[in-house]
Amino acid sequence: MVERDLVIVGGGPAGMAAALAAHEAGITDILLFERDQHLGGILNQCVHTGFGLGYFHEVLTGPEYADRFAKKIRETPEIEVSLKSFVVHLTRDKELTFLKPGLLERVKARALIMATGCRERTREMVHIAGTRPAGIFSAGLAQKLINIEGLLPGRRVVIVGSGDIGLIMARRFFLEGAEVKAVIEIRKESRGLLRNIVQCLDDFNTPFYTSHKVAKIYGRDRVEKVKVVKVDDRLNEIPGEAFEIECDTVLISVGLIPENELIEMAGLAIDKKTNRPVSAELNKTAIDGLFVCGNAFQVYDIADSVSRDSEIAGRLAAEYLRGVS
Amino acid sequence: MIKKLICIECPKGCVLSVETEEGKVIAVSGNECPKGARYATSEIENPLRVLTTTVLARGLCVKMVPVKTDRPIPKDSLSEAMTAIKRIRLQKSVRVGEVVLEDLLGLGIRVIATRDVLSEE
Ligand code: SF4
Repeated sequence: MVERDLVIVGGGPAGMAAALAAHEAGITDILLFERDQHLGGILNQCVHTGFGLGYFHEVLTGPEYADRFAKKIRETPEIEVSLKSFVVHLTRDKELTFLKPGLLERVKARALIMATGCRERTREMVHIAGTRPAGIFSAGLAQKLINIEGLLPGRRVVIVGSGDIGLIMARRFFLEGAEVKAVIEIRKESRGLLRNIVQCLDDFNTPFYTSHKVAKIYGRDRVEKVKVVKVDDRLNEIPGEAFEIECDTVLISVGLIPENELIEMAGLAIDKKTNRPVSAELNKTAIDGLFVCGNAFQVYDIADSVSRDSEIAGRLAAEYLRGVS
Repeated sequence: MIKKLICIECPKGCVLSVETEEGKVIAVSGNECPKGARYATSEIENPLRVLTTTVLARGLCVKMVPVKTDRPIPKDSLSEAMTAIKRIRLQKSVRVGEVVLEDLLGLGIRVIATRDVLSEE
């Protein structure tokens, strides 16, 4: 089996920063796997601004932020980028099996950094009663449909939860000509950044209900309406305080969970509640030479912090490789 | 008159107290940096936003190309700007920062690509 000094899984902000930092720390044989056909990960669909202030001291959009790193990687021949490459199996000995169009291959990593990011929590995880019609999307999927595929998934939208992606999508739908009927947050306060409440909701007079929940989704083939109920401090429904909103689309924006199936496969313990790897120290795991960084390690609010912390993973991997060689 | 605003210039989201007189800002407090004061003045007197969106690509390796206005534009013209930008069809490769529309709505604002789209289909 081919052996590489450092393998990195994931070409988003975490993986790119880790690769560059490892290279800077002296590693000259790096293989970076990305399942998409471009580097950048989720940043490519985050076309809004708000990136880069911490890291580059200027305000950038997601694609611009990704581009800064991707260009550096392209200028670094010691980092081999393998696109359209999907890792399907990982062992304790850091042996990876990956799919690439037309092939299934294996590679052994002397050091391994998992930068697999996170995925969105789903409707199932927040328990909304009702039917299962078309028109229910996670906020990030809607973002991909609009910004990458050029498709508008609906015209009358209710957003469940006030995570940042949901807020950003409220503005995006509005600008695309859709009607954003309401954002419904079960907690007393927004989950997203205050600035997003201002520039994504208030700017367009979008109604924002805190201490409310979507209790039920109605519709046969397509979403027709939702039932919204007020909740008390303990998140229990207050009887009699319910109303309905007609809509054809429901977006779910109720947080993110780290994506860690591969390291779980390799035998690492995963916290059942947060889906984070059980770890004593930033980016480290119980397997020597196996590091996890970015949103796979812990969910971050800001991409700049992902880059900063993932660089530490790159340096840790370099240190580890120096120690074992 | 005192107005409360949330600064949107960085993720901190400082709560600003803005004292105004006849629509003009005379004092700002609560900002942790000078950007907050500038934001408050602009927000009261002439609110501006950078518009980010996507334009249709034709015959390129992606379907949509992300773009932004090179400077903030008046908040009131966001919807009109969207309509103008939606008419763009990008048919050749672009680089980050390249202009895709010269003079948006006669505002003297350029719309620029925020992603390299180099290869054709
Ligand atoms: S005042 Fe300065 S620190 Fe506070 S939110 Fe605005 S830019 Fe950020």
